[in-house]
Amino acid sequence: MSVSVQEGDFDIGAEMAAMTAGRTDIGALVSFVGLVRDMAGGAAVSSMELEHYPGMTEKALEKIEAEARARWDLQDCRIVHRVGALEAGAQIVLVLAASPHRQAAFEAAEFIMDFLKSRAPFWKKEAGLGWVDARDSDEEALERWR
Amino acid sequence: MQVLYFAWMRERIGVPKEEVETNAATVADLVEELRGREERYALAFSDMAAVRVAVDQELVEIDTPLTGVREVAFFPPMTGG
Repeated sequence: MSVSVQEGDFDIGAEMAAMTAGRTDIGALVSFVGLVRDMAGGAAVSSMELEHYPGMTEKALEKIEAEARARWDLQDCRIVHRVGALEAGAQIVLVLAASPHRQAAFEAAEFIMDFLKSRAPFWKKEAGLGWVDARDSDEEALERWR
Repeated sequence: MQVLYFAWMRERIGVPKEEVETNAATVADLVEELRGREERYALAFSDMAAVRVAVDQELVEIDTPLTGVREVAFFPPMTGG
């Protein structure tokens, strides 16, 4: 179980290899990578700035991860979230969930992403467009986990 | 206590954080106090439906008491991921 908030990029292959190294009990390893899309509501986006609340961010991510672990049979779990200046096409977030069976890993990764969207203190500002508004659909996505 | 602002709250108020001396009993009372300071605060706190609050780095509701609290943060709805 671990959480990283960092400016630098991450290597998904290396992250997955680190999670499975030295063990043979994992049956399913689900990964999700979020990227900076080059379009937002029809407008071109060349880059964005990701602001966060140092200290609270890590706590919030750890809480989300702990909640996922309590709900599903996870063998390991990892969240990497980037902050600072990010160009279109750049990786923003990585979620890894390992479990003996795929359903738990898929669901846990989705759960973590749904909560990370609106319960971890990150704010996106798109160059030339301004602060990204939260979507009602992000809030609605949490309902199905209640 | 330390009061922190993020994203457009920070831009409207003009500082990322400040030390605030207050006897406010709850977050809502503190918001009222800040609103009364200057126009930039009144503007930043004009629509509380668009403001989220964390007390000592935990998300809370606006009626949360401030007893023993060291850090209060105000920010717009979060947009991670």
